[in-house]
Amino acid sequence: MSNRLTGSPAHRLRLERVPSPSRGATALVTVLSFALALLAGGIVLALAGENPIAVYLAMVKGAFGDRNGVAEVLVKTTPLLLTGLGVAVAFRMQLWNIGAEGQLYWGAIFATGVGLFVLPAAPGWVLVPAMIAAGLLGGGLWGLIPGALRAWFGASEIITSLMLNYVAILFSEYLVHGPWRDPGAFGFPGTPPLPAAGWLPNLGTTRIHLGLLFGLIAALLLWIMLRRTRWGYEIGVMGENPRAALYAGMPTKRTILLVMALSGALAGLAGMSEVAGIGHQLQRNLSPGYGYAAIIVAWLGRLHPFGAVLVAFLLAALTVGGDQLQMNLGLPAAIAPMLQGAILFFLLGGEVLTRYRLTRVIG
Amino acid sequence: MSQHLITSSPSSSPITSSPQHPSTHRPAIAMRDISKRFGTVIANDRITFDASWGEVHALVGENGAGKSTLMSILAGLYRPDSGAVEIDGQPVHFRSPRDAIGHGIGMVYQHFMLVEPFSVAENVVLGERRSGVNLETARVARELTALSEKYALGVDPQAKIWQLSVGEQQRVEILRLLYLGARILVFDEPTAVLTPQETHGLLRNLRGMAGQGFSVVFISHKLDEVQEVADRISVLRRGQIVATTTPAATDRRTLARMMVGRELADFVARPADEPRAEVDRGGAMLELRGLSALGEKGLPALREIDLEIRSGETLGIAGVAGNGQRELAETVTGLRPVTAGTVRIDGKAMTNRPAAEITRAGVAHIPEDRLATGLIGGMDLSANAILRDYGQPPLCHGPFLLTRAVSAFTDRLLTANDVKAPGRWTKLRTLSGGNQQKLLLGRELAGEPRLIVAVHPTRGVDVGATEAIHDALRAQRARGAATLLISEDLDELLALADRIAVLFAGRIMGTIPTASADREQIGLMMAGIESREAEVVMDV
Repeated sequence: MSNRLTGSPAHRLRLERVPSPSRGATALVTVLSFALALLAGGIVLALAGENPIAVYLAMVKGAFGDRNGVAEVLVKTTPLLLTGLGVAVAFRMQLWNIGAEGQLYWGAIFATGVGLFVLPAAPGWVLVPAMIAAGLLGGGLWGLIPGALRAWFGASEIITSLMLNYVAILFSEYLVHGPWRDPGAFGFPGTPPLPAAGWLPNLGTTRIHLGLLFGLIAALLLWIMLRRTRWGYEIGVMGENPRAALYAGMPTKRTILLVMALSGALAGLAGMSEVAGIGHQLQRNLSPGYGYAAIIVAWLGRLHPFGAVLVAFLLAALTVGGDQLQMNLGLPAAIAPMLQGAILFFLLGGEVLTRYRLTRVIG
Repeated sequence: MSQHLITSSPSSSPITSSPQHPSTHRPAIAMRDISKRFGTVIANDRITFDASWGEVHALVGENGAGKSTLMSILAGLYRPDSGAVEIDGQPVHFRSPRDAIGHGIGMVYQHFMLVEPFSVAENVVLGERRSGVNLETARVARELTALSEKYALGVDPQAKIWQLSVGEQQRVEILRLLYLGARILVFDEPTAVLTPQETHGLLRNLRGMAGQGFSVVFISHKLDEVQEVADRISVLRRGQIVATTTPAATDRRTLARMMVGRELADFVARPADEPRAEVDRGGAMLELRGLSALGEKGLPALREIDLEIRSGETLGIAGVAGNGQRELAETVTGLRPVTAGTVRIDGKAMTNRPAAEITRAGVAHIPEDRLATGLIGGMDLSANAILRDYGQPPLCHGPFLLTRAVSAFTDRLLTANDVKAPGRWTKLRTLSGGNQQKLLLGRELAGEPRLIVAVHPTRGVDVGATEAIHDALRAQRARGAATLLISEDLDELLALADRIAVLFAGRIMGTIPTASADREQIGLMMAGIESREAEVVMDV
């Protein structure tokens, strides 16, 4: 009868939590995970008949080899950074906002609405700030919905924010196919172009636009807010120990609402900067999943605003470098996402190892 | 053990005897000279404990006496520092709970490990690691039905856990252990969560199990239950077995006396008989009238509490854990809703006011579990130091926290309270319990509070820190603060309190001036025996 319980191997591995991972160990694990990811990806590439080293060099060259590559990396960094910052601030409070994608879309919808219908003839110094405000508002309101459901009814924001993504994306599809469709676009889905006064200025002749600066400023402000203000302190306490926050009489519900609104607003700003800085119209597939990648940006950046800057940049480089493979080496389209996936898989796996350690248990 | 269990196991188990045919010469459990220390605390001091097949052996003792440590060793959660464990005459060395279960030891904990949306049978299948992809829930359900009937547990294997009462869930745990082949059942304060009717049923089940040849260890501090159900009773005090006796040879009063550890004649001598400085007593600082509140499980935890504490007075609350102490502290400090009755602080109605408002009214709170409530383990000492005052000058200006002021504030707090730490940037979690508590106490008492609610202020704290904390509380009393001191340590209450009220099952059993209190009387009241009765004993 006892073997009912011991039908398992005599030795097994178990994860134990490491009380406080050291910085050195963390750095080492990150470097090792990256190396392992390249190794694993290299094996797959070799099996597919490619020279892994050549492929990796091509990726680096694609992302950093010339002015255009670097510019493209920074263009992709912008929405990843803004959404990543939004997700990070919510995660700090243990509010699992998975809805940055939907919040991004609402920011884009609001900003486009202002540009096309509310202030179509306004000069740039009016229109751009108005569209920024609209983007923040659209994303913020969309973030407020799961926040309110959580604060008053205890509904899991993981589920609600995720579900609301589909609502936002499909609503934007409806707009670009239906009421907001450009009648002069020969049936292509998409709104008419925004008035040029509402376009975000570019850096020189590149596609880099003012949105990048929004992201960097947001990172700085967020860092100051989290580190130097009462509100940031409250967010930290609520995230680390909600009972202690209650004990200290902190306004938990109000903070949940405000943080979710802020988180959504930052994603909304990402949406605004995509339409005003890149597409100059609301179109289908505005985001290839920036709002989901934002979770990786926040997490790998250890929920630190400057960490998010770094990770958003690296992730953007990975994406741009991967795209180049397809274009320049003629590799199958699946190779680039596969490599990106491998790198993220190992980084996140290594992340687990910095916080937990493997021990062998007998029995 | 039931036949189908044995036949369904392909290989033979290391232990072949079953409870129905106990080997009469071998005790089911024999623990010899077990010692276990945690840091400087000796939880188990050369304990020898045994239990036979077919016996209910009760283990009684105050909180912290070492009962749970001893049983955790038996369950394979801890390894003893020294000593030997034998199961059915065979020496064993458990390295994990799985080892212990493999030797037929089943623990029923106070908190059940059941998945609520699942059925009983599904929960049992979950624990069965041997099963492959196919869960065989139907087969398990059939076996459970047979077991449930055999041991009169009345559990329907198809029922969903969330539909079951606490008592029924407990029987599911028992059924699961039986199914897994347990022959030695250990119950850790099983009646603490039960209604009287459910308790009655459980005790009958325990006797039934023993009748079937199982060995049952029953941990409790409810002495009437122990007297009712046990064959033998062992009393544990401060890590040692002080007596092993039988219900016939003892009574509740004797047991209570052995638990608290003083003889009848040993009237309370306050440590060093420090004269308690008379303090000008103002009006009632805290006034509770008919206060009732619910506990975590939504059951009444406080029933019509009437209390009054004046300025410069310390009221001690004695009682066994789980009798409403935590709820009392939380209702007074605004962390738990009051369902009936009133709280007045310094004459002002404060019933169900927010915690922040109560704090502003001059109430300090030293909570029961410092890391769960009063401190933030993952943040640095500064963040912990400013938890109460971060929203006031000089620590902040507008929305900004002033780093320099925060640092100075923290350093002052650390120095003034003799908190030993590498620096204010240290994570709180890395400090020792005593230093954590000194920081918490210093922070809470810094604002010259008018009412202090202190719950187990010295729990898990070394002797030096205990002394420092006691001195701080005495100084507050002398300053004129009213103190509600909740503690399980009778010595602490006797040393600090002016009056001691005993809490049992959410009611105040009685209030005694410390000057005329004795341990026997308090011990009896803690066990739920009316103070009137207790006084009669004292007159004898």
